Amino acid sequence: MTTLPTSTQKKLGLVIDLDTCVGCHACVVSCKGWNTENYGAPLSDQDPYGGDPSGTFLNRVHSYEVQPDEGAAQLIHFPKSCLHCEDAPCVTVCPTGASYKRVEDGIVLVNEQDCIGCGLCAWACPYGAREMDASEKVMKKCTLCVDRIYNENLPEEDRQPACVRTCPSGARHFGDLADETSDVSILVAERGGFDLMPEMGTKPVNQYLPPRPKDTMEEFNILAPYLEPVAKDAGGFLGWLDKALDKLPGNSAGGAK
Amino acid sequence: MHPAPSIILFTTLSGLGFGLLAFLGINMPGSTGFIAFVFFAIAYVLAVGGLLFSTFHLGHPERALKAFSQWRSSWLSREGICAVAALIVMAIYGFGRVFMDQHWGLIGGIGAVLSLATVYTTSMIYAQLKTVPRWHMPLTSLLFMAFSLAGGALLAGQVQIALPLLIVAGIVQIAYWLLGDKRLAQSGSTLESATGLGHIGKVKAFEPPHTGTNYLMREFIHVVGRKHAQKLRIIALGLGFVIPVIALLLPFGHMLALVAVLSHVAGIFVSRWLFFAQAEHVVGLYYGKR
Repeated sequence: MTTLPTSTQKKLGLVIDLDTCVGCHACVVSCKGWNTENYGAPLSDQDPYGGDPSGTFLNRVHSYEVQPDEGAAQLIHFPKSCLHCEDAPCVTVCPTGASYKRVEDGIVLVNEQDCIGCGLCAWACPYGAREMDASEKVMKKCTLCVDRIYNENLPEEDRQPACVRTCPSGARHFGDLADETSDVSILVAERGGFDLMPEMGTKPVNQYLPPRPKDTMEEFNILAPYLEPVAKDAGGFLGWLDKALDKLPGNSAGGAK
Repeated sequence: MHPAPSIILFTTLSGLGFGLLAFLGINMPGSTGFIAFVFFAIAYVLAVGGLLFSTFHLGHPERALKAFSQWRSSWLSREGICAVAALIVMAIYGFGRVFMDQHWGLIGGIGAVLSLATVYTTSMIYAQLKTVPRWHMPLTSLLFMAFSLAGGALLAGQVQIALPLLIVAGIVQIAYWLLGDKRLAQSGSTLESATGLGHIGKVKAFEPPHTGTNYLMREFIHVVGRKHAQKLRIIALGLGFVIPVIALLLPFGHMLALVAVLSHVAGIFVSRWLFFAQAEHVVGLYYGKR
């Protein structure tokens, strides 16, 4: 059924910290690795070792340069995957019922056996979270690693999305954003998490944490006075050596007088 | 958006076919027997042919029957149901007209309404998408309806009705372009709103996520041919509306009528190509391509 649930018991999602993401793309690789061999059809590549490679990815990392009015530009790495929106436009447009949002945890999934590959859900998504697999001809999207997070065959620490598990800088967090006391909800409240494209009215569950304000270095030069040339009138042994070397024929290297 | 030939053929041909069916349903022209058969055959070739083209862009057309199930939420599903209902009702009505010399007014009326409803549901597949601001306005539906009615009247040989409808459709087309050109700016979506980084400063796409292209870029970030958009708009207007109107104003002749129809269809194809090629999907913002 492609009508959306009026509410979901949980709102499982990701919190992505744009302050700490270093743009290493490890989440992209681990996502592709896990999801190509687990839930649904594999994530195919076309011409992977040739001149025009392309392929299906459920998570991609953009990099943006932001130029403040004053000071240096900042480079911000920006991972983007399905935001598991509360008001997911991709679900309601689906003609077959293949796209659905789960009542129990709010995860948006595609039942690939019902997908006719019309692509309308990808048209309806403002975030580019859905990609039609060029080989399987069905729509692929982030499952929030639904086959990991409830998987009791995995050690407990692995029961989170592959991207979160692999992130070396702790920039990705997974949890229930409906629970105000959860770690992710507290993180969002404390750091001022925000929605992407709020004007689209999709009410994304995934939240982004803004980069922290940059420190500004104060101009100070307490050492500068001590950096003046010190040996203006060398005396003693070094003074004698200086004069003695000057008297030798030829040019002294460095042009010292 | 990527102007897929299958979608352009589908929306253009089925729009014309269902427009013709709508006029046939209200007994315009009121011919019966073989003449009626020819009219119905043209309408069904266009409508059904268009629908068949639409299946060519499906990844799994063999599962197309599933698409009738989600009419509660999906305009695409509603379109499928309306189209099949219109074709069945009009087949019954057409049977009466062709073989029994009967005009069953009620059935024809229902068929005409269903035919127009099909065109409306097609238009709503595009008009519902907030992600494509140029399409997300009531004028998109008006455009599809106006084209379908004008083309239908033209194919039905209803000169006195086709003339004003063609002029109205041409005006709707111009209004759609003028208002559509401002829609992306009005939508409020920018690279700043897309990334949420606008409070720091001006955002610029620095590095894409990958060195090559991808499905999103191929499907949503079509830029080829944009530079010829203004010329193509004039061609679409001229072929679609100006030439047919002149042809209809001249003393009637079958050759002139054929010129009017062919010119109109060619103009609608150009207009429909622009409808897709010029539509900006907001995901392009993430790629710095808007």
